[in-house]
Amino acid sequence: MPAGTLYRGREGMWSWVAHRVTGVLIFFFLFVHVLDTALVRVSPEAYDDVVATYKTPVVNVMEYGLVAAILFHALNGLRIIAVDFWSKGPRRQKQMLWWVVAIWVVLMGGAFYPVLQHTLRTLFGS
Amino acid sequence: MSAETTPATAAAHDVSLYDVDNPAPVIEAPRKRTKKTPKTTRTNFELYGWLFMRLSGIVLVVLVLGHLLIQLVLDGGVSKIGFAFVAGRWASPFWQAWDLVMLWLAMLHGANGLRTVINDYAERATTRFWLKNLLYAATVFTVLLGTLVIFTFDPNIR
Repeated sequence: MPAGTLYRGREGMWSWVAHRVTGVLIFFFLFVHVLDTALVRVSPEAYDDVVATYKTPVVNVMEYGLVAAILFHALNGLRIIAVDFWSKGPRRQKQMLWWVVAIWVVLMGGAFYPVLQHTLRTLFGS
Repeated sequence: MSAETTPATAAAHDVSLYDVDNPAPVIEAPRKRTKKTPKTTRTNFELYGWLFMRLSGIVLVVLVLGHLLIQLVLDGGVSKIGFAFVAGRWASPFWQAWDLVMLWLAMLHGANGLRTVINDYAERATTRFWLKNLLYAATVFTVLLGTLVIFTFDPNIR
C-alpha cells in the first residue's frame, strides 16, 4: 500500500472507500455466482446441492450482507452520477450521502425478514 | 510583460537565485506530451470507460435490484430457488435476455472497476500487468461460460 492513503477523510472519502470495498466484494460474488449457476448444465442434482448451501443460516446471513453491499453500491452510484452530471451535485454531495444512508437503512429494514425468512423459519419454527 | 525582458527590475525588487548565465530549471507542464508518451494514452479509452461505468450503472440498478427482489425477497426468499425455479424462469425469452444483459454489463462494470483498483494499488509494473491479465482471463471465461449456460440451458437435461 502506498504511504499516506488517508485522503481528506469525511463523507467524500469514506463513501469512496465504501464504494470500492462493496464493488470488489460484489465482483467476487458475481464470479462465484456464475460458476454455481453453470451447474444447471451439469445436472439438476448438482445445482440443487449447491443451492442447498445458499439456504444454510450462515450463507443466508451472508446473502443479507450481499444485499447490503449491492444496495449501498447502487444508491451511492446514483449519487456519483448526480455529482458528475447534475449542476448542483458537487455542492450537495454530503447531503446526498445522508439520503443514500437513510434510504439504505429503510430498504435494509424492509429486506430483513424477506431475505432471512428461510433461516428464521428453520431456526425458530413455524 | 514576460519575465525574461526584466531581469534588472526583478533583481531590484528581490535577490534572484537565477540570471542569464545561471537559468532557473525548466519545469514541464503536467501531462505534457513527449516522445516517450505511450501511443495508447492518445485515445479516449479512459473517457469511454468512465462513461460506461455511469451508463451501465443506471441499467444495472434496475436489472440487479429486480433480480434480488425476485430471487431473495419475493415468494419465500431463497427457499424456492432450485433447478425447477430456474427452468421456469428461463422458459421465458424475457428473463433469458434480462439475465444475459445483466451478466455482460455486471461483468464488464466489475472488471473495469477492478482494473481501476489494480492500477491504484499495485505499484510495480509487472504486478499490475499480471493482475490485470488474470482479471481479463477470469472476466472472459465468466462471461463466455454464463452466456453459454443461458443459451444452452436444457430443462429436460435428465
